[in-house]
Amino acid sequence: MSSSRLIADSSEWTFSMLERYNEVIGQIASNDFGLDTYPNQIEIITAEQMMDAYSSVGMPLGYKHWSYGKQFVLTEKNYRRGQMGLAYEIVINSDPCIAYLMEENTAMMQALVIAHAAYGHNSFFKGNYLFRTWTSADAIIDYLLFARNYVAECEERHGVEAVEVFLDSCHALMNYGVDRYKHPAPLSLHEEKQRQHDREEYLQSQVNDLWRTIPTKPAETVTETERRYPAEPQENLLYFIEKNAPLLEPWQRELVRIVRKIAQYFYPQRQTQVMNEGWATFWHYTLMNRLYDEGYANDGFMMEFLQSHTSVVHQLSFDHPYYAGINPYALGFGMMSDIQRICQAPANEDRYWFPDIAGQDWLKVLDFAMRNFKDESFIAQFLSPKLMRDLKLFAVLDDDTQDELEITAIHDEAGYRRLRLALADQYNLGSREPNIQVWNVAHRQDRSLTLRHTRYHRRPLHPETTDEVLKHLYRLWGFTVRLEAVDEDGRVSLVGECPANRERL
Amino acid sequence: MATFIDRRLDGKNKSAVNRQRFIRRFKGQIKKAVAEAMNGRSITDIDNGEKINIPARDLSEPVFGHGPGGHREAIHPGNKEFTAGDRVARPPGGSGAGGGGQASNSGEGEDDFVFELSRDEFLELFFEDLELPHLVRTQLAKTTEFKSVRAGFTSAGNPANIDVVRSMRGALARRMAMAAPYSRRLRKAEEELQRLLDTSPVDEMRVQELFEEVEHLRARVRAVPFIDTFDLRYVNRVKQPQPTTQAVMFCIMDVSGSMDRARKDLAKRFFTLLYLFLKRNYEKIEVVFIRHHTVAKEVDEQEFFYSRETGGTVVSSALQLSADIMRERYPVSSWNLYVAQASDGDNWHHDSPACRDLLMQRIMPYVRYYAYIEITPDRHQSLWEAYEDVKAQHRHFAMRQIDGPADIYPVFRDLFKRRVS
Repeated sequence: MSSSRLIADSSEWTFSMLERYNEVIGQIASNDFGLDTYPNQIEIITAEQMMDAYSSVGMPLGYKHWSYGKQFVLTEKNYRRGQMGLAYEIVINSDPCIAYLMEENTAMMQALVIAHAAYGHNSFFKGNYLFRTWTSADAIIDYLLFARNYVAECEERHGVEAVEVFLDSCHALMNYGVDRYKHPAPLSLHEEKQRQHDREEYLQSQVNDLWRTIPTKPAETVTETERRYPAEPQENLLYFIEKNAPLLEPWQRELVRIVRKIAQYFYPQRQTQVMNEGWATFWHYTLMNRLYDEGYANDGFMMEFLQSHTSVVHQLSFDHPYYAGINPYALGFGMMSDIQRICQAPANEDRYWFPDIAGQDWLKVLDFAMRNFKDESFIAQFLSPKLMRDLKLFAVLDDDTQDELEITAIHDEAGYRRLRLALADQYNLGSREPNIQVWNVAHRQDRSLTLRHTRYHRRPLHPETTDEVLKHLYRLWGFTVRLEAVDEDGRVSLVGECPANRERL
Repeated sequence: MATFIDRRLDGKNKSAVNRQRFIRRFKGQIKKAVAEAMNGRSITDIDNGEKINIPARDLSEPVFGHGPGGHREAIHPGNKEFTAGDRVARPPGGSGAGGGGQASNSGEGEDDFVFELSRDEFLELFFEDLELPHLVRTQLAKTTEFKSVRAGFTSAGNPANIDVVRSMRGALARRMAMAAPYSRRLRKAEEELQRLLDTSPVDEMRVQELFEEVEHLRARVRAVPFIDTFDLRYVNRVKQPQPTTQAVMFCIMDVSGSMDRARKDLAKRFFTLLYLFLKRNYEKIEVVFIRHHTVAKEVDEQEFFYSRETGGTVVSSALQLSADIMRERYPVSSWNLYVAQASDGDNWHHDSPACRDLLMQRIMPYVRYYAYIEITPDRHQSLWEAYEDVKAQHRHFAMRQIDGPADIYPVFRDLFKRRVS
């Protein structure tokens, strides 16, 4: 039976072979495991094209900017020197879901990549609540096209230099162009275009209103200066600038908006790295094994697959010379497989730690986990003692008031909870990135903008880059920009100011 | 539910625009590197790519981030001997176990960013200062042209190149050769059959036999294929470099004490430009370097540009030497001669008339082009006046006083104009 089902025994792939693999994998994925996916668009590209895709951060059509060129030059150099292999695939969160396969891959790799990207990542994009809430897969390609054309148009009208410099400044604040809690309106190319014109005019009038110079009664002025603007601190710096920066031209506001929208689109990917890769890796592993079990693949295929799979999920230990932190593939795959194990064959320990899922239907539990969590909460919820033991995790406390590092927890009964919390925190974007918000605009005085950095665990900002970013912020705002730090006791100190030499009012 | 799309034939240079942007943005740094590369290179080796170094700090894209310090707890895998409560010394440099994920962020700042400029990009930057007209630029940047010429026929090739007549002729010959034994027997059998049928008592048995043989032979003849793959002949084309001639370029430079580093650099650009021009037009180029102060000497490039001499200046010594070398080694019948001379205008003033005479009689009649630059902000001296006399009589003599790289090109303007148009 098995020989008749075998799809191929050659390592050279052909299109008909790929179609057959895709068909079989797709059937298994949806019929046996119930994976819900967008339709797939699988594109075969060359290594050069992969480098192109790489350097535009995986966007199929990015606007033109020197920083992508720099990325390309870097990638090209490393690849040419053989210092780095290219990824086997890139997958785009869009509907239909676009997956790029490199032509150099062997037949086995193509099958693996189809399982990993076209069914693993694809179903994650479609199912996870962050992607559902924050990105519009059906509109992203159109929006990128709109952005590209708009940027090109601006370059024509206002000069390449001006646009590029302005985009630099926006990029510096890209990580602060994200709404973390407020739900964004879905993207639509048609509406974007229609609204763009109205928005320009309307915004300009709003801004003018804010800076209205009609004299007011002295009595009112006193109360006005005491009231802060914005009334509540704002976390989305780019949004605040787009709406309130006094001197920006309409096209500049639109550019801020484009950068902000793209940042928002990539935000879920930054929050779900472990889960996303873990999910895709778990599924390619499961699907490949099923292919083998049902006779679609032979021993040679399986050996090659296992060799590649194990190197992907390998975790180097901390004292290895090439150690570069925790491998998200290893952690994610470990956790997904562990959930399956807890459902299928729970030990007593698991019943104590995970009473809700031990012994349940693993497909349902995994699906639930995939849909409703991000890295931080996923780890806090599902990291099991067994996996902590397997990875031999330990926590190191680095406190600048102490001379030595302290090992605060290891993989033992006393340390499990602390380890799990600390690891979850390590994936919390809120604590990984400095918490900087708009605090005040002195709109009755010198129009200066004040940001506040609320320190987390006394961590300071990086001194060199901070000044550079403030310069960029100054370019966007147009008036003095200040950055203050608030420590845990509520004391406020000035960290940076741009332009620096001006007297404080 | 999947669509497969083969994108391999799509353009691969999607990032070319961004690469150009990148180069444009860091032009300052890159140009500095190009200028340095210029100094390190031989003028005959000018049109290659170049490796460029840019300090990584110049191209960082800053974002807000945490600096070292504060209180942080990091998780690492692979515990071997630690237990909770252990205290270990902080590893140096903040990397390794202590620094955790932050180490890789802060560690990137120091290395230089190295990348390769292609030949085109290098030349583009090189030409920029010289303010060459665009047409000239493209002319110089072009590589050797090949002409595709016919070179007989081959038995393998691509279908578009099939030579029909040759192929059919080959097929005909093969058919004749392969069918020959059968045709001969066939002809005989037919003749015999005719004879038998003509005679009155027909030998039925024999006629039947002959009929069968004729049928059989006809079938064999028919079975010889009309055309076969090995009949095919293809037109063979080979690429031949355009017929070219050879040129020799004389670089003459004053190396007396008054020619300083900056002036020599200018002179080097001047020579390089002429070299590039010649390279475009001639297959084989030789370069002769002649330096002079009071006496002239033929030297190699290294010595030409980088050795220091002091003393007075007698230009005629160099012209004399050039004329001698021309006569001995480069007969006008087989060489195109070009001379480029750079000087700061100083000359022992009794020598200038001798220079003029030498040029008029022994050099100008033989050379294709003579370019002279005087690198000096001062007023002209006797040499300039003597050369003006030469210029008045010879159209292919160009001279110019220059102050910076932008002034170099106009010296060659006539030369390029003639070639370009």
